[in-house]
Formats: sequence, structure tokens, C-alpha cells
Amino acid sequence: MTSFLLFGAGGLFDFDATLPLMAVQVVLLTFILNALFFSPVGRVVEEREGYVNTTRAEAKKQLAEAENLEAKLKEQLKQARMDAQTLIQEAEQDSDNLYREALALATADANATREKSRREIDAQREKALKQLKGDAEKLGDQIVTRLLAAK
Amino acid sequence: MGPLPFALPFAELEVGQHLYWQIGNLKIHGQVFMTSWLLIGALLALVVVGTRKMERDPRGVQNLLEFLWDYIRDLARTQIGEKAYRDWMPFIGTLFLFIFVSNWGGALVPWKLIHLPSGELGAPTADINTTVALALLVSLAYFYAGLSRKGFRYFEYYVYPTPIMLPFKIVEDFTKPLSLSFRLFGNILADELVVAVLVFLVPLILPVPVMFLGLFTSAIQALIFATLAAYYIGEAVEEHH
Repeated sequence: MTSFLLFGAGGLFDFDATLPLMAVQVVLLTFILNALFFSPVGRVVEEREGYVNTTRAEAKKQLAEAENLEAKLKEQLKQARMDAQTLIQEAEQDSDNLYREALALATADANATREKSRREIDAQREKALKQLKGDAEKLGDQIVTRLLAAK
Repeated sequence: MGPLPFALPFAELEVGQHLYWQIGNLKIHGQVFMTSWLLIGALLALVVVGTRKMERDPRGVQNLLEFLWDYIRDLARTQIGEKAYRDWMPFIGTLFLFIFVSNWGGALVPWKLIHLPSGELGAPTADINTTVALALLVSLAYFYAGLSRKGFRYFEYYVYPTPIMLPFKIVEDFTKPLSLSFRLFGNILADELVVAVLVFLVPLILPVPVMFLGLFTSAIQALIFATLAAYYIGEAVEEHH
């Protein structure tokens, strides 16, 4: 180990043509790596970053659109619900009215029929009573005549 | 090392010995380039496999690569700032990945099984040449970043907020690469030495926690180097008002 820490041939700090050659080699390697590694990988990575950015922006736009549409639809749905509510109310009112009208009609009809029948019954009863009275008087007269004749 | 009283297959300790390759009349450290090529090859293979069929829904290796990319982008963005980080991200990322792969490759791959005529295989970042090269690249990078973005107004930075700062700022230009290179070099070399010495003394079990500590330090050193490099560049391109 006598040559340890010596400049010059065989030493630890032996500078020679290795130095410039290594420098040239590293510069060459820089260009080769730039062509084979840095620019192609950079292109791919930056393309992907661009793709991700545009896709995200698009997605954001679509999301906003969807939210807009949802709000609109909700509004329409609310409107439709209210319309339906009023329609139902109107229909209920109508049917109620119809029912009442029909009921009133039927009641009136029934009342009229009952009145008519009662009057008929009354008339017949009167008639029957009259007849009965007539018959009774006739019978009374006959009885009186027979009694008088027997005397 | 002198001859040992007993021979262990993995417990040789060689410091500062290199496998020299001769190119013209220049000498280079062969073992550094061998390991760095293997590790760079592994890194590139991973990158190629992971980017071959990329999809918008990532799967498999693509996930790992995107995680790394994101990590490096965050690092660069927080240190350099929103305006300039794109230009410097590949450089910061390459520093981080290269140092990380070198450190972990040096610690995890059993290089010692391969015998070299001289020197030994190990982390490329345990060689001072590598770390100084990286640190000087960082210096060049932040000068270039500042000058290209602000022109000669870059030198306002030296007298900001008061001209008293001028000598300190000039000294900083020298201490920045010095500290960057020596921090990385020292940590990785020390880690390798500690593990080697422990393996040499107690070959079983005891070195394992130190090895884990070494992995932790290695990752932290890669992060520190990349973060500081990004910070220096960020400092250079920052606008003073």
C-alpha cells in the first residue's frame, strides 16, 4: 500500500485521460437518456396530466349540467304535484256536487211519489168511506121499512 | 497489501491500482470504463424495455420509469424553478441515474469474482476521475445556464447583494466542483474500503449491516449530487431584482 494517497500512476488521485473521456461519456449519456427516457416518458406523463385535467373539467361541467337539470326537474315535479292536487280537489268537488244533486233529485222524486200515493190512498179511503156510508144508510132504510112493514 | 497468512477469495484489498488501457499516448483506467459500460448498458436496457410500449394506463417497467421521471422532475423543479427546469431536467436526471446506478452497481454486483491483471472492478464513482468529470460538467452547466439565460448580467450574481461578496463568490466557483467531486468520491471509496476491510477481518455476517449502510449512503450521495447540481444551476438562472 505504498502508493496509497499518491498522485500519478498507480495512485489514488491518478488523473489521466479517464476524466475527459468520462465527461464525454456522461454528456453522450445525457443526450441518449433524453431521447430514450426523458422526452418520451415526459410526453406520456404530460399527455396523461392533460387528459386527466380536461376529463375532470368535462366531468365537472357535466355534473353542473346534471345538477341544473335535476333542479329543473324537481321544479317541474313540484308544479305537476300541485296541478294534480288541484285537479283532484276539483274532481272531488265535482263528484260531491253530482252526488248531492243526485241525492236531492232522488229525495224529491221519492217525496213526490210518496205524496202521490198518500193522496191516492186518501182518495180511495174517502171513496170507500162514502160507499160504506151509503151502504149503511141503505141498510138502515131497509131495516126501517121491514120493521114498519111487519107492524 | 502484502501476502496474507491465509487466503480468502473475496478479501483482497487493493487501493489506487488501476488496469491501464493505452490509447495513443493517453492512459485510461480500464476497470472504470468496463463497469460503467456494463451499468450504463443495464440502465439503457431498463429504459428501452420500459418505454417500448407506453400506454396511458402504465404497467410494469413503465410504472418504475414514470416514478423515476416524476422524482427527477420534482427534484429539478424545486431546485431550478418553474421557468428553466425543463431544459436542465435531462442533465440532472442523467447525473442522478448514472451516479445511483454506479454506486449501487458497485455495491451490489459481485465484481470481485472477476479477476483483472491489475486493479479491481468496482463502482465507477469510486474513481476520482469520474467524480471530477461529473463535478466539472456541473460547473460548465451552471455557467452555461446562467450565461445563456441572462447574458453578461449573469455576473451580477457575483456582486449580489453587495460587492463584498465578490471574492467569496469567486472562491465558490472553485469550491463547488471540489466539494462535489470529493464528497462523492470519498463516500463511495470509503464505503468500499470499510466493507472490504470488514470482510477481510470478519468474513461472515458482520459486514452485512455495513453493506446495507453503504447502499443507503450510495443512494443519498446520488441524491445529494443531483440536488446540489440542480441548486447551482437554479442559483445561476435565478433573477435578482
